[in-house]
Amino acid sequence: MGTMFARGLKRKSAEDGEDVEGGLAGTQATPSYSLQRQSLLDMSLVKLQLCHMLVEPNLCRSVLIANTVRQIQEEMTQDGTWRVVAPQAAGRAPLDRLVSTEILCRSVREQEGERPAPDVGDGRMPGLVPGLSAVPSAQALRSPQSSLWEVDSSRENRGGFQKSLDQIFETLESKTPGSVEELFSDVDSSYYDLDAVLTGMVGSTQSGHGSGLQAFTSAATPPPGSSCRSDLGELDHAVEILVET
Amino acid sequence: MGSHSDIISTVEFNYSGDLLATGDKGGRVVIFQREQENKSRPHSRGEYNVYSTFQSHEPEFDYLKSLEIEEKINKIRWLPQQNAAHFLLSTNDKTIKLWKISERDKRAEGYNLKDEDGRLRDPFRITALRVPILKPMDLMVEASPRRIFANAHTYHINSISVNSDHETYLSADDLRINLWHLEITDRSFNIVDIKPVNMEELTEVITAAEFHPHQCNVFVYSSSKGTIRLCDMRSSALCDRHAKFFEEPEDPSSRSFFSEIISSISDVKFSHSGRYMMTRDYLSVKVWDLNMESRPVETHQVHEYLRSKLCSLYENDCIFDKFECCWSGSDSAIMTGSYNNFFRMFDRTTRRDVTLEASRENSKPRASLKPRKVCTGGKRKKDEISVDSLDFNKKILHTAWHPAENIIAVAATNNLYIFQDKVN
Repeated sequence: MGTMFARGLKRKSAEDGEDVEGGLAGTQATPSYSLQRQSLLDMSLVKLQLCHMLVEPNLCRSVLIANTVRQIQEEMTQDGTWRVVAPQAAGRAPLDRLVSTEILCRSVREQEGERPAPDVGDGRMPGLVPGLSAVPSAQALRSPQSSLWEVDSSRENRGGFQKSLDQIFETLESKTPGSVEELFSDVDSSYYDLDAVLTGMVGSTQSGHGSGLQAFTSAATPPPGSSCRSDLGELDHAVEILVET
Repeated sequence: MGSHSDIISTVEFNYSGDLLATGDKGGRVVIFQREQENKSRPHSRGEYNVYSTFQSHEPEFDYLKSLEIEEKINKIRWLPQQNAAHFLLSTNDKTIKLWKISERDKRAEGYNLKDEDGRLRDPFRITALRVPILKPMDLMVEASPRRIFANAHTYHINSISVNSDHETYLSADDLRINLWHLEITDRSFNIVDIKPVNMEELTEVITAAEFHPHQCNVFVYSSSKGTIRLCDMRSSALCDRHAKFFEEPEDPSSRSFFSEIISSISDVKFSHSGRYMMTRDYLSVKVWDLNMESRPVETHQVHEYLRSKLCSLYENDCIFDKFECCWSGSDSAIMTGSYNNFFRMFDRTTRRDVTLEASRENSKPRASLKPRKVCTGGKRKKDEISVDSLDFNKKILHTAWHPAENIIAVAATNNLYIFQDKVN
């Protein structure tokens, strides 16, 4: 596991029809590398979500993780693995991913001695620890598509992925009124329940729990006189419930 | 001691080395003073004892963003001493404060208008005047905030650096660097801004910045992509264009998905001479000649055995730990921390390096530190530690070296260790 990522060579672009992995010196067999790369991608996306849950996101860390995700995405695009997965493989792939991530988690768990096993039953969120499975990761990433974890991807999905990455950075600065609507367009009301669950304080927007939530709450409570307030309407109502005004 | 708020977050000697300041996660500053040489107590020479303790920063709440602002002290920098008082700058994520630390060892007695216990006297009863006299009292060290430099940083401050002109200083956050005059708190000049118009395009942040020790118009800043930019403030007000750009070309054979992360520079320090600068990235310390931008002149491996563990270190977030580094007074040696309470010292002249451990169990007072060794594979020798046994929660991120003597300060979580060369 460790050696693969430590010494893995940068993948060259695949020749047509050639088995890409075969051309690399010093790397292990194809399925293993793909699995590990996918695990790394999964792990990175989880970390980016976790950024939103912290009191104050560490911008340097977020940028480095996002860059890692982009690198993986680029490589997978070059490989052609960032494409629709064949139907027969689709069923198998999530389980494989579960296994490899579990192995990764296990080695760290032995160090830390406390991380719970991934939720094997949830095929949609491979590799997530149970605590996190309460967070609908796809929703938290604000992707209109169902899941970023699945390798099947249309252009739309890739766009959603990029959009999510972008939104992660947008949330780190105050929003302009115009973009508030865009942010909220993907979110259904269950998100606010999520806020309550995570902060343990229903009706409080002053939780300070991370920029992701903060972006929503701060966007939901724009400064007085802001023109976006008149556009929110129904949204205002939801926000009022949150802030108990 | 065992609470999180005691975790030391910065360590800094003053210009003479007589004072050593530490800042912690709870916003407190503790200053140690070196005992003067005393013939009747020869062993106490060189010992550092607590001189002053004060609360520098308190937790705050940013109502606009619904975010807590931590009180943790990120950096302390001393000002050169100009009179009897000492001045230092301390900063958390958002606000920099100038503190004055002064001694009081006399008090006035014999006031005319008030009693010894402070009660005002009836003026009509005063029939004679006297001159109050100063009497010695127990030494009191007082710290008072003289300036508060606030509201200039949107992002988290990672560095402050006092200029050699002794009048200005810089503060750097993830995306911007500001220049301040020590006397003026209500405005600062923005000298570097790398924030992209579209935050979606953000791929690089500022990780550290420092003024040149002698040239007051020159400063450097490092980035998360392993680059260092040297800027000259004379060329333009906004130093978005660097005068020099330092970057080591990547070794293609060791490239991995973690390459960029481990190249991110966590600290940059000029040598005392001003000829060199040192950068710390995750696995190594590099010394750069300011006249050569293409590559460092020296590279020292801190813990290369971690290269095969990068995936685990990414997962447990240790790969994002920011280690600092420091020069010895003569620039002949450099020091940086590692895990398991280990720290590393590199002698640049003899090319020897040593790994030492800062822990109570392994060092008795006045006993020499035993060099440690990490076993990287194969048969583990006696006294060696295997990589898998390292405690990654015991990290030495902050170290400092006395400006003139071989005395070092090492912060191990919430404990401060001070080591010195034995004097005959």
